[in-house]
Amino acid sequence: MRNIKPELGGFFQRDRSWHPPAFAPGYKSTVVRSPQRAPIAFSHTLSEITGPVFGHSMLGELDNDLTVNFARPGESAIGPRIIVYGKVLDENARPVPNVLVEFWQANAGGRYRHKKDGYLAPLDPNFGGCGRTVTDEDGNYWFRTVQPGAYPWPNGINDWRPAHIHFSIFGHGFVQRLITQMYFEGDPMIWRCPIVRTIPDKRAIETLIAKLDMESTVPMDARAYKFDIVLRGRRQTMFENKLEGN
Amino acid sequence: MVQPLPRLKETPSQTAGPYVHIGLTPNYCEIGGVYPEDLGIRMVNEKTKGERITVKMRIFDGTGSVIKDAVIEIWQADADGLYNSPSEPRGKADPNFTGWGRQASDEEGVFTFETIKPGRVPFPDGRLQAPHISLWIVARGINLGLQTRMYFGDEEKANAEDPILTRLEHQNRVPTLIAPRSGNTYHFDIHLQGEKETVFFDV
Repeated sequence: MRNIKPELGGFFQRDRSWHPPAFAPGYKSTVVRSPQRAPIAFSHTLSEITGPVFGHSMLGELDNDLTVNFARPGESAIGPRIIVYGKVLDENARPVPNVLVEFWQANAGGRYRHKKDGYLAPLDPNFGGCGRTVTDEDGNYWFRTVQPGAYPWPNGINDWRPAHIHFSIFGHGFVQRLITQMYFEGDPMIWRCPIVRTIPDKRAIETLIAKLDMESTVPMDARAYKFDIVLRGRRQTMFENKLEGN
Repeated sequence: MVQPLPRLKETPSQTAGPYVHIGLTPNYCEIGGVYPEDLGIRMVNEKTKGERITVKMRIFDGTGSVIKDAVIEIWQADADGLYNSPSEPRGKADPNFTGWGRQASDEEGVFTFETIKPGRVPFPDGRLQAPHISLWIVARGINLGLQTRMYFGDEEKANAEDPILTRLEHQNRVPTLIAPRSGNTYHFDIHLQGEKETVFFDV
């Protein structure tokens, strides 16, 4: 047991002008999938403050290596080999340890292993496209994969997604739950993408662009990209009413 | 002691996209062999305490069409109203109940959770909330995961005193959060947009 008080404070309000709005017509699917009424706020209860926790013991040995976790024995996925790593922090700049991070992506040609993806680029028989890990005591995570390719999608008549990796992150409270996408430094498709552009603030978009990190590269093996993730922070509990039994 | 408050901005959300199942429910979309089973598909075992229930959910878009490409996660207390979480300060929850579930839909767009009916959990001022399940919904076309709650149709008395339901300005929207019961099954229809729009929360 570590000598840390349980975290019981409510979370900071989400800055909804920093996140993309629900209705963002440049991304056409949002038009009929966006609520029109304002979301209702209320003081956080234990239902919001608590959340599921997943132990490191849940992980399989290859869960964070997409180059081999779907591959036939002795083979590996085709594409530029990379390591993606970073830290999960909260808004108070504190590391968030022991949280589940999941990721999924297309293969090097931009093709997803999903029956609804009919793109011409072929599947890679040695690439599934999913992985997961749990942050360590200092909030660090890392995984190996191949760099995904850009792909076209039916939005405008010539819209292409930039190369990206989807991330799903748990915190310690259910309302910290977050899904986002990581982009790659220097990709000219980022600034043309209608999904990227649902985010109103350029500074917010820049936080989704992973930087090439040659210092962390493994020579003759894989380049490294660094992507830090910030989850909602908690208030202190000292001014709040005590919960029953607390 | 005055210290500067370092405050980072939360990482901005992006849509989960149409292929969210690859990452969250890979076995469901025929990516076998990577994980033994999809996370969150089983919430109970034979020792779990409480009343077994089935919850069937559907999601409709603004045209009234059923959405089939979403993922729903739920989070709920155990039968005694305790959460299986390190942040639960009141005691130890039922170790045979995870409290967390994750499902993709079937071909008809139905999300099915086999779970138990949760106990009541206090509001910060000590009043009891009605039994409820918290939801988080992600899909193509949803830029930021939608948060809502499901309450139980056979808990009229508790629902009538629930601190959140009673303070909704538009009381005619309360029924959008309440799932009717038939047998041991609750049916919860979620409407993203329009006349029957479900109440979503900014929490």
